[in-house]
Amino acid sequence: MSTNEHLRVDPIQCDAYGHCAEFLPELIELDEWGYPIVDDRPVPPELVRDARRAVNACPRLALVLERRTL
Amino acid sequence: MTTAGAVEERTRPEADSPRTTSAPSSVRRLLPGSHDAATWAGHVERYGPLPWLTGRAEALRAEVADSGLSGRGGAGFPTAVKLESVAARGNAVVVANGTEGEPASAKDKILMRRNPHLVLDGVLVAMAAVGAREAVVAVARKDASSRARLEAILRERRAQTGAIRLAEVPDRFVAGEESALVHWLNGGPAKPTFTPPRPFERGFGGRPTLVQNVETLANLGLVARYGAGRFRAVGTEDEPGSVLVTVVGAVRRPGVVEVALGTPLRSVLERCGGVPEPQRALLVGGYFGTWIPPTLDVPLSRAGLRQAGAALGARTIAVLPQRVCPLAETARIVRYLAAESAGQCGPCVFGLPAVADSMAALARGGAQAAALRRISALTPQVLGRGACAHPDGAVRLVASALTVFADEVDHHLAGSCTASADAPLLPIAHETESWR
Amino acid sequence: MNALVTSKAIWYVMRGSGVVSLLLLTGVVALGIATSVRWRPRELPGFVTAGLHRSVALLSVVFVVLHVASAVLDPYAVVGVAAVFVPLLAGKSAVWVGVGALSVDLVAALIVSSLLRPYLGRRLWSGVHWLAYAAWPLALAHGLGMGSDARTLWLRLLAASCVAGVLALLAWRVHGRTEGTKRLERRPRPRRLAEESGA
Repeated sequence: MSTNEHLRVDPIQCDAYGHCAEFLPELIELDEWGYPIVDDRPVPPELVRDARRAVNACPRLALVLERRTL
Repeated sequence: MTTAGAVEERTRPEADSPRTTSAPSSVRRLLPGSHDAATWAGHVERYGPLPWLTGRAEALRAEVADSGLSGRGGAGFPTAVKLESVAARGNAVVVANGTEGEPASAKDKILMRRNPHLVLDGVLVAMAAVGAREAVVAVARKDASSRARLEAILRERRAQTGAIRLAEVPDRFVAGEESALVHWLNGGPAKPTFTPPRPFERGFGGRPTLVQNVETLANLGLVARYGAGRFRAVGTEDEPGSVLVTVVGAVRRPGVVEVALGTPLRSVLERCGGVPEPQRALLVGGYFGTWIPPTLDVPLSRAGLRQAGAALGARTIAVLPQRVCPLAETARIVRYLAAESAGQCGPCVFGLPAVADSMAALARGGAQAAALRRISALTPQVLGRGACAHPDGAVRLVASALTVFADEVDHHLAGSCTASADAPLLPIAHETESWR
Repeated sequence: MNALVTSKAIWYVMRGSGVVSLLLLTGVVALGIATSVRWRPRELPGFVTAGLHRSVALLSVVFVVLHVASAVLDPYAVVGVAAVFVPLLAGKSAVWVGVGALSVDLVAALIVSSLLRPYLGRRLWSGVHWLAYAAWPLALAHGLGMGSDARTLWLRLLAASCVAGVLALLAWRVHGRTEGTKRLERRPRPRRLAEESGA
């Protein structure tokens, strides 16, 4: 079973705080400059709560969790 | 529709190239050889009057769909699809993109200066097709010539064009990107924005915005007059029509030429006087395009170039002769692209200069293989991680250089270079600082 | 007699909670600045600093509420409920109460906007959050201006150290955004590339 929730980062707003990767290392890792590389596959159901925490934690509101109907 | 008396194209088969395909390589639709382009009367005499447009939105869109016209600005998106998505939303506005930020490209400027009336016709057709009551023609700030021509004809045709205005845009590479252009017109800096929403959903003034390259619009002016059938008389089945191409580098007569889609590169170069010295490679599609070996039978079309590992892109062909170092040229271009970053996205701001540094090290010679490894490590960190495709273009250019010029890379790593020229060849614009 | 004892107790609570509020608010400002300069002592994750900032902010609300409630209940302080939020409605010492009221308003705006951040959007939230730089000095001024303890040495020392701390932090904030920021506009300009003749 998988969700159709996907994580996406707005690279213009993102300012490399890195909090998202701290909450969700399973799906987000940081590049050599501290910017998030986000796994854009559907978020597994057991990680959705952590994904929401990561979204709320971003000081720039750059991370979004969106439902994709595809 | 017009009478048969209006001649829409004059074709001249090339006498000196027996290998021309059935599609004539010399086409004169957008850049007519001699007609009085200065006045409306001269324009009408050459092309015929513009047909009645009001209330024919659906019919116009259907004609465009039949014509198979696709965008002439870079992405090559099917024009009819764009028209439909904007028309469906209502309260639309049209933006004509004549900014042409690519330094090697001059086709839009030439078109606006030599055939501004046809561009304006296209704007009017587009407005009718999507139900827009307002339009903006965007021109680069330093392109005073085009602006002057357009201002003159807007005045001349005041009755038709009251709702069309000109806008000046900063002279930056990414300023012509769709979302950057809209951002600028909305009062912000000429920098790309995060999409969605794309301009066709919410753009200028928050309204559905049709952004089209000026050459695409000029073609709309042709389709509206002569219909899909006659439009398709030139080009290929899948890619009908003609295109303007800028040819620079080691050709006798660099410049802008109009050719039918599907024309082999050989014919395009011959139109520019041919190449008087041994060729090393071609840079196709602009500075965000790719290098290919000089295989001149490749047809100038999306399909043909894709087979060769390239794309139409900015519709430029830069001919690199043997005597010029391809790695040095690539390094220069990448350095320029890095400086032209909008500075909004970390991977682009930090990644492109790092790639430029490694490329410069390779070009200088004596670099270690570490420079190659560095580029391999940087590429996945940069690709697809910006808000626009600018970093992708730079990285793909480098990747194509390392593939096509693999032998030269080996030479450079060993400390030698097969080129003899000292001066750089390809044009790069002055760096200007303003985004506003 | 009982009334007097109660009133004295209330007065002590008011002063005590006021001082604690001020200390906590200073802490909130410090943690906010630490978050934005990406202070990472010994690899402490950034979300910890940010989380502490939020927690201390919520804690300070508790003490501000205590301070404000005791001021309203105190028969000698003459502060009506309305005066808590609207400056200049209180009687004696009106100015300093008003300053405190302004600070309370700003803190309330900060808390509410932060709780509703996902719905407000970045720009509105960010605009309100910058007001934090006003809420703190107003709270400090209120504390020093209100009189009762302001002339004592310990409060003055406390206030002075809070001010020194915040000024130092501000300097850090202005100067020290080191990693992860997009510095393209502040980079040295690349050397000019000669313009070639194009088509």
